[in-house]
Amino acid sequence: MTRVFVPCDSAALSVGAYDVAVAVAAEATARGLDVTMVRNGSRGLFWLEPLVEVETPRGRVGYGPVHAADVPSLFAADFLSGAAHPLRQGVVEAIPYLANQQRLTFARCGIIDAYSFDDYLAHGGLRGLRRALELEPAVIVGAVIDSGLRGRGGAGFPTGIKWRTALQAESAQKYIVCNADEGDSGTYADRMIMEGDPFILIEGMVIAGLAVGATKGFVYIRSEYPHAFRRMRRAIGVARARGLLGADVLGSGRTFELEARLGAGAYICGEETSLLESLEGRRGQIRYKPPLPAISGLFARPTVINNVISLASVPIILDRGAAFYREFGSGRSRGTMPIQLAGNVKRGGIIERAFGLTLGEIVEEFGGGTQSGRPVRCVQVGGPLGAYWPRHLFDVPFDYEAFAERGGMIGHAGVVVFDDTVNLARQARFAFAFCALESCGKCTPCRIGAQRGVEAIDRVIRGDRPAAQIALVRDLCEVMRDGSLCALGGLTPLPVLSAIEHFPEDFEPLRRPVAAQ
Amino acid sequence: MSRVLANDRGTPPRLSEQQVSVLIDGHGITVPAGTSIMRAAVVAGIKIPKLCATETLEPFGSCRLCLVEIDGRKGTPASCTTPVEPGMTVHTQTERLSRLRRGVMELYISDHPLDCLTCSANGDCELQDMAGVVGLREVRYGYEGANHFGAKKDESNPYFTFDPTKCIVCSRCVRACEEVQGTFALTIGERGFGSHVSPGMDEHFFDSECVSCGACVQVCPTATLMEKSVIANGQAQRSVVTTCGYCGVGCSFEAELQGDRVVRMTPYMDGKANHGHSCVKGRFAWGYATHKDRITKPMIRATIEEPWREVSWEEAIGHTAAEFRRIQQKYGRGAVGGITSSRCTNEETFLVQKLIRAAFGNNNVDTCARVCHSPTGYGLKTAFGTSAGTQDFDSVLDADVIVVIGANPTEGHPVFASRLKRRVREGAKLIVADPRRIDLVRMPHIEAAHHLALLPGTNVALINALAHVVVAEDLIARDFVAERCEADDFATWCAFVSRPENAPEHVAGITGVPAAEIRAAARLYATGGNAAIYYGLGVTEHSQGSTMVMGMANLAMATGNLGRSGVGVNPLRGQNNVQGSCDMGSFPHELSGYRHISDEAARALFEAAWDVALEAEPGLRIPNMFDAALDGSFKGIYIQGEDIVQSDPNTHHVEAAMRAMECVVVQDLFLNETAAFAHVFLPGSSFLEKDGTFTNAERRISPVRKAVAPLAGLADWEVTMALSNALGYPMNYKHPSEIMDEIARLTPTFAGVSYAALDRVGSIQWPCNAAAPTGTPVMHIGKFVRGKGRFVVTEYVPTDERTGPRFPLLLTTGRILTQYNVGAQTRRTENNVWHSEDLLEIHPHDAENRGIRDGDRVALMSRVGETTLRAQVTERVQPGVVYTTFHHPITGANVVTTEYSDWATNCPEYKVTAVEVRPTNRWSQWQEESEVLRESTRRVAVAAE
Repeated sequence: MTRVFVPCDSAALSVGAYDVAVAVAAEATARGLDVTMVRNGSRGLFWLEPLVEVETPRGRVGYGPVHAADVPSLFAADFLSGAAHPLRQGVVEAIPYLANQQRLTFARCGIIDAYSFDDYLAHGGLRGLRRALELEPAVIVGAVIDSGLRGRGGAGFPTGIKWRTALQAESAQKYIVCNADEGDSGTYADRMIMEGDPFILIEGMVIAGLAVGATKGFVYIRSEYPHAFRRMRRAIGVARARGLLGADVLGSGRTFELEARLGAGAYICGEETSLLESLEGRRGQIRYKPPLPAISGLFARPTVINNVISLASVPIILDRGAAFYREFGSGRSRGTMPIQLAGNVKRGGIIERAFGLTLGEIVEEFGGGTQSGRPVRCVQVGGPLGAYWPRHLFDVPFDYEAFAERGGMIGHAGVVVFDDTVNLARQARFAFAFCALESCGKCTPCRIGAQRGVEAIDRVIRGDRPAAQIALVRDLCEVMRDGSLCALGGLTPLPVLSAIEHFPEDFEPLRRPVAAQ
Repeated sequence: MSRVLANDRGTPPRLSEQQVSVLIDGHGITVPAGTSIMRAAVVAGIKIPKLCATETLEPFGSCRLCLVEIDGRKGTPASCTTPVEPGMTVHTQTERLSRLRRGVMELYISDHPLDCLTCSANGDCELQDMAGVVGLREVRYGYEGANHFGAKKDESNPYFTFDPTKCIVCSRCVRACEEVQGTFALTIGERGFGSHVSPGMDEHFFDSECVSCGACVQVCPTATLMEKSVIANGQAQRSVVTTCGYCGVGCSFEAELQGDRVVRMTPYMDGKANHGHSCVKGRFAWGYATHKDRITKPMIRATIEEPWREVSWEEAIGHTAAEFRRIQQKYGRGAVGGITSSRCTNEETFLVQKLIRAAFGNNNVDTCARVCHSPTGYGLKTAFGTSAGTQDFDSVLDADVIVVIGANPTEGHPVFASRLKRRVREGAKLIVADPRRIDLVRMPHIEAAHHLALLPGTNVALINALAHVVVAEDLIARDFVAERCEADDFATWCAFVSRPENAPEHVAGITGVPAAEIRAAARLYATGGNAAIYYGLGVTEHSQGSTMVMGMANLAMATGNLGRSGVGVNPLRGQNNVQGSCDMGSFPHELSGYRHISDEAARALFEAAWDVALEAEPGLRIPNMFDAALDGSFKGIYIQGEDIVQSDPNTHHVEAAMRAMECVVVQDLFLNETAAFAHVFLPGSSFLEKDGTFTNAERRISPVRKAVAPLAGLADWEVTMALSNALGYPMNYKHPSEIMDEIARLTPTFAGVSYAALDRVGSIQWPCNAAAPTGTPVMHIGKFVRGKGRFVVTEYVPTDERTGPRFPLLLTTGRILTQYNVGAQTRRTENNVWHSEDLLEIHPHDAENRGIRDGDRVALMSRVGETTLRAQVTERVQPGVVYTTFHHPITGANVVTTEYSDWATNCPEYKVTAVEVRPTNRWSQWQEESEVLRESTRRVAVAAE
């Protein structure tokens, strides 16, 4: 019997993985071969998807990108024994892109069958939870604090401190909410975990529940992730059947229930307070803080609301210890970060590494430059609200503080690459337009300001009193940054001002016509 | 008129034992923990610019004008949403803040029409004010960008318009609809720049779930939501704080005026009954006060066949006095009497009963409370010693379990209902006992834990069954009962309710309410924390109305739910001054303060003060007057502000009695149904036209202040005084305050009440005397007024009104939000657009059996009469029960109701009538005849030059 792995990750499916799986099964049947097909998650080497792997004594050998039409030739070349083929990529683990990573959170992703609880156990699953079950809540919280883990959703707030607040809040009911409303452009780490290793997220949430005394959790998954939603729901069903969830978690007598909820189709619902409003059945609109959700969150109860990656990083912290985790990283950015490389890039994909990698290493060494082959002009880091980075800042290490110092943020660690055809005035306009489109409409700077920003940049592009309009945009950016109720309006100035600062030539229409676009 | 803005502290008060001291712009201020920086600043005398914040709503934090800087903190937090913390140093004015505020304002104005001078909010616009405060001098964005200037104005509501072009999307209206009113009719549609206020799913206001309470209009900072009366007339120049003349909630209002023209009625923030909230009636339906139907000249006629003849006040008063003296000489001193009005002031009511007792020389005085809450007076006095509800309205905010029995607060007492709903949203449990599925059973964010959908007429059986569970399951508050109640009575009562016929399993067969539901409701009431009962006419208007009141009192005492905030037995009084009219000695057997007329000491007090001998025997009650009129011994009546022909039961009987009298004097705003039978018409004065006081359902005495001069030249109290003087009994009050002084002198529970005191504190809840100088919000704390609480055995006796083959359905009656009682006022306002006719609610099952479709005309028949109205097929009513309202005289709902009444007080049994319903295509004979009568008896002769 030979095991063949065909990913069932959305990214792989989007480039034909389903057809490949069908073709592999058909071909195997036709040839009378004893093939077991495993639908794993993605390894995150997207330029190779669909990446078909075959289990061999030397390790898993990969072929990619495979199209259904390639399948007969793979069989013909005896790929089941790892034989040569134009698409052969060698032993997957040895592919430098992967070999150069430090996979802690994504350790199992792409390797195991996402629905197989046994596979999960066989690859070290539940060790963190079993450890947590032996610990007092305060000790679990202490471990997370000591690990230095910070919120991976974007804000970078220390996860353990949040947990401690929720632990200390007195209430008969507390909640754990997982923010899986992953909406930043060029990001997909949350989705990959939910599709490729959902039990790690469930385990992390159960640990969070034990840590703060919450017995109920929700995973709020963006509506544009129907596949992840279905897979998460199914995984929750498996976890319940196997005793990971329910009234008696792993026979401990502790309770933790979990539900997956589909998001409301708005970027703003990824903001934690809007998410809570949406989860309660209301319009996704920002709540002011304080009170912090950890004190009064979902249904006005103490609520830990964490990003998928934050929660999925918890099991290994409990399993290997806080010290192990904080060994990784630099400065106050501890542990590893799954960087998501996208945009105009040759080798897009997930790069889990300790903090400290430079932008240049990410874009050039991992990414291999642009897909178009033209020179890299800039990258945007941290989603649509992140700053644009020119090449001369590519030596900046990937680190919360280092980025903040230079007027940027790492956010959810999405890195989008642009070549030299990009026009940064257009990108600045896009930042405002995005904010205008996605604003919940509650606060004035964001609701009206974003629209006025679009109009002002349009005037700049038209050459209508550009200097005055740039000055107006700067004033507007101050109002939005300091006046907005949440980070959507508050961070929109980041891409705008970084574009103006680093690429002033793009804002001078006479010298640089936009005709190329 | 920036009164609201001027006093607004931005965010609601917070209660805390912990006090926090902060430094704001160098001023030290100490406030309760949880208070916002914004509110603390106002307390310190510092105003922070704001638009989305207002004291009546929870902070929202959307406008971003109120940003401040705090030492040691990054950024510029909003002062409305940031609570004070010990030692905070706050700066409300810095260069940076000025820049930000101007920047925000610049954004607002970039999407706002620049038509300030012609705008209806000119002079009363917070946006305008804030633009001034922040020093906005230019809008650099220009006006070519995206905007909402093309949005269409919604004028569908009869009283206010919604102009989205002026909207700044502060969500105050949405929040007011949710937090203050609890209707959830408004929301914000779309998002981002497209965000807009949307009634329902972008419907018109009129078509949405909006109940026109005005809360949204009240909080709107711009002209977006604006009263049509202000659009038409402009801003007011002066205002008078007064009390609403509609229901027993007694909301405090500011009448806003230009000269003698009312341009707006706005709920008064400091009103303790309403805290700045209102309903569609008080807020908007005041146009009747100047309606063309108002009669402003006295009129007389010899017979009702003649047209009316306008006369001078002197002639009208002289004629009336002469007629009453003639009748008394011919038929005896007891042949005349009068009815006081629950619509009039305490002072006027007191004067009418004084007139009857002192000038007529008999006790033939009664009041319209006879037909609504007389059982309340009897029942609560028997149990506790006071003829009034036990709590203030605010008490409901401390309740954990709220029981609503035979009341429909969202229709009848909407402002109180809003507070009740707020408490339920906060987590209190709700039990509704009502034959109909009233709104409170299930509406947005409200769901009753139990709906006990009993059959009309079975209240007492139900209350006994609830008591049975409390006793049988030992849920009794033993300590309370032992300390506070009569032990023997309690033991007797326990034995009584424990009898098997009171068990839920038996009572289920009588009431139609499943035994398990009764048991669960009883357990919740007895064990759910503070439990409060609120009830209405669905309790009192029964042959066992008084029994039921005592039954509820028993249950409250047995569970210890009395004598503190959050509990109690609370009547929701119908009319603005029904409590007051009862307090003022309007009943034939009682002097003011509920002292029996046979009480020698009380009588002696009045005799000395009034210098007259009083009859010691109670006089005639209203139904007795009708009977006496028909047997020829009662010939003259003075009716102030009550339309007994429309509102009293068994219209045929009432009309016959009226026809049998020789001098019927009606004092009213309009030629009402009773005036058809009158010989003298004395034009009344509306609540806007006189000074006085009303007492609401929580015993709150609130000032009524003269906003405009009486249209007919005299206030009602002056007319009564003139009549008394003409009868030879002198009355010489120069101002109603002197009448109140007399009331205070003669009535121990009012001893501390005076106009000076009311001016000082706003309103006073009686008892107010030496023992309680500031009044009494919650009664019976520590001890009942009568000493020990009295349990009364309340055996269920089914009404004689039974269904049978001829009349198989039970009719029950009620009210609707937009109309008020007999409709004399609301029918003369735009409120008719919501309810232009009375409808008969009938269950689909009963309708199907009779071939009745929704909207069909049907004949409603009982053994006493028949009328025709339109059917509304709905599952709000249960099978076997039909329901209608009595707001329109043409409907004549009381043609059908019967003569049965409460055994103790004669309160009519409006709520149970056996009827049949069948399709018809014609008006009933009564309707045909009354239409003719109405026409012929309203003729007014053209005065000869």
